[in-house]
Amino acid sequence: MNRWTNEAPKAPRVMSQSSRTGWLFVSPALLIIGVFFMLPVLAAFVLSLTDFDLYALADSGNLRFVGFGNYIDLLQTPMFWKSLGNTFYFVVVGVPLSIAVSLAAALLLDSKLARFKGLFRTALFAPVVTTIVAVAVIWRYFFHTRYGLVNYSLGFVGIDPIDWLGDANWSMPTIILFAVWKNFGYNMIILLAGLQAIPGDLYEAARIDGASFWRQLRHITLPLLKPTMLLVAIITTSGYFQMFAEPYVMTRGGPLQSTTSVLYFMFEEGFKWWNLGRASAVAFLLFVLILGVTALMLRSGRVDDDSAPTTKVAPGSAPARGRST
Amino acid sequence: MRSRLTAVVVNALLIVFALIALAPLLWMVSVSFMPHGESNSFPPPLLPSVATLDSYRQLFARDGMGSYLANSALIASAVTLLSLAFNLSAGYAFAKLQFTGRDRLFKTLLGALVIPGQVAMIPLFLLMKWLGLVNTYGGVIVPALAGIFGIFLVRQYARSIPDELLEAARIDGAGELRIFVRIVLPLLKPIIVTLAIFTFLASWNDFMWPLIVLSDQAYQTLPVALASLSREHVMDNELMMAGAVVTVTPVLLLFLALQRYYIEGLLLGGVKG
Repeated sequence: MNRWTNEAPKAPRVMSQSSRTGWLFVSPALLIIGVFFMLPVLAAFVLSLTDFDLYALADSGNLRFVGFGNYIDLLQTPMFWKSLGNTFYFVVVGVPLSIAVSLAAALLLDSKLARFKGLFRTALFAPVVTTIVAVAVIWRYFFHTRYGLVNYSLGFVGIDPIDWLGDANWSMPTIILFAVWKNFGYNMIILLAGLQAIPGDLYEAARIDGASFWRQLRHITLPLLKPTMLLVAIITTSGYFQMFAEPYVMTRGGPLQSTTSVLYFMFEEGFKWWNLGRASAVAFLLFVLILGVTALMLRSGRVDDDSAPTTKVAPGSAPARGRST
Repeated sequence: MRSRLTAVVVNALLIVFALIALAPLLWMVSVSFMPHGESNSFPPPLLPSVATLDSYRQLFARDGMGSYLANSALIASAVTLLSLAFNLSAGYAFAKLQFTGRDRLFKTLLGALVIPGQVAMIPLFLLMKWLGLVNTYGGVIVPALAGIFGIFLVRQYARSIPDELLEAARIDGAGELRIFVRIVLPLLKPIIVTLAIFTFLASWNDFMWPLIVLSDQAYQTLPVALASLSREHVMDNELMMAGAVVTVTPVLLLFLALQRYYIEGLLLGGVKG
């Protein structure tokens, strides 16, 4: 793209000089990332092969290597499977619902007929920047069985009060609704950019042919939006697998452990019971799971992707959401 | 005629969306001004009978909200300022400076973006304990001093700086640090603002790591303190809503003021091409 970088290598002495400058500029950041991220990640794997617990915390002489013992043990722990099931419930229902709501909002904002677009965009995006703990506290009150505005409103259409956060059947749906409300604005912005990249004359031609809105959506919008959809699906899935603050604040994992997520389970294993070896194994299993699922999504999205992409999936652009878990 | 009807439907739906997005936030503000106990009545009141600052007074006087607010502000500001320096210089180097192993190193960093932060948390806690940083501001600030995503964002943006400009400065005899400070940083201004808001908001809103590393109340940030307050005062809605207002207002205002930069950064980071 520029003529400087494509030139033949410069004289060795100059190279080493500029090489040193480059390394000097990156080394502070690399040091931090290396010591406080890469090293702990590697250590997490090593730790997951030990029985590190409260006794080892006091005296490292009590530490023993147990191989894959923690992993085998976890696979026989009902609570681990329960938390895994809850997390999958959250992901499988929450991700499609979030994307559907984001797409609807993006289509409305993209419409030529919409007024005050800037104002609406800001309003719809506002929940994304709010502090998850604070808005979870609001929702707990919003969905209060006796005094909540939600049950009060439902009363008008003749629906009896629902024990949203106290009933094991309703707790997860309530948390999913909360997550959709909190997050839909993020994907809405990305999808809106994808929509705006679709050439307008395609719709013009379709209108001349008399195609309805739904036909245009099915045959023009959705196919051309597919690469962007894949991107938001992967970002959202990887984020939703990491749910923690919602159950911590709204339900403490209950009732009847119906909202205990994998990370909530890891947090309790690690920082309540101080089974740090076991908790590391949980973290690693979650990581492998996220990696597997997103890789599968990426592959299935690319295999049948023969339409000209308007946007490309940037490799590893996931944690932009700054999701505070 | 038909398109006028569609216009009404589109705008009505947008109003419904906006109401759903904002209703919990508006109700939060309203309840925070209610006299103690008023929100625990049926039907739920929409507006306070008399507006009072009692809940705020109680939060700051009895529950130490002032110190949590100060902790949050201090930690988020320090993380933002320091990480900007580290991420900017690294992002610029990855975009514009030639050094051995650059591209392979960058690819490795990008690859590491898929690793969820929580995988590192348990060993990081042990490392922090060993360094004596548990229950200090440093426990939250130090690990956040540089981030792969920030470096990626800066690099994407810095690639548009013309090499001719840098070469000309080198021929004039300017040192690399001088070029970075005098020429590159002014050109990176929009991405600096973007990255600053991103970092500040992420640090302010962060929950799990501060919860782990700051068990001592004296150092706790607003989200951690609010979570523990909400476990104590389950029924005291006015108090909790006032706490939520104090926590959410600074980030919402910051977003409203610098919205354009935030959205641009979000698109630059999420979508390329």
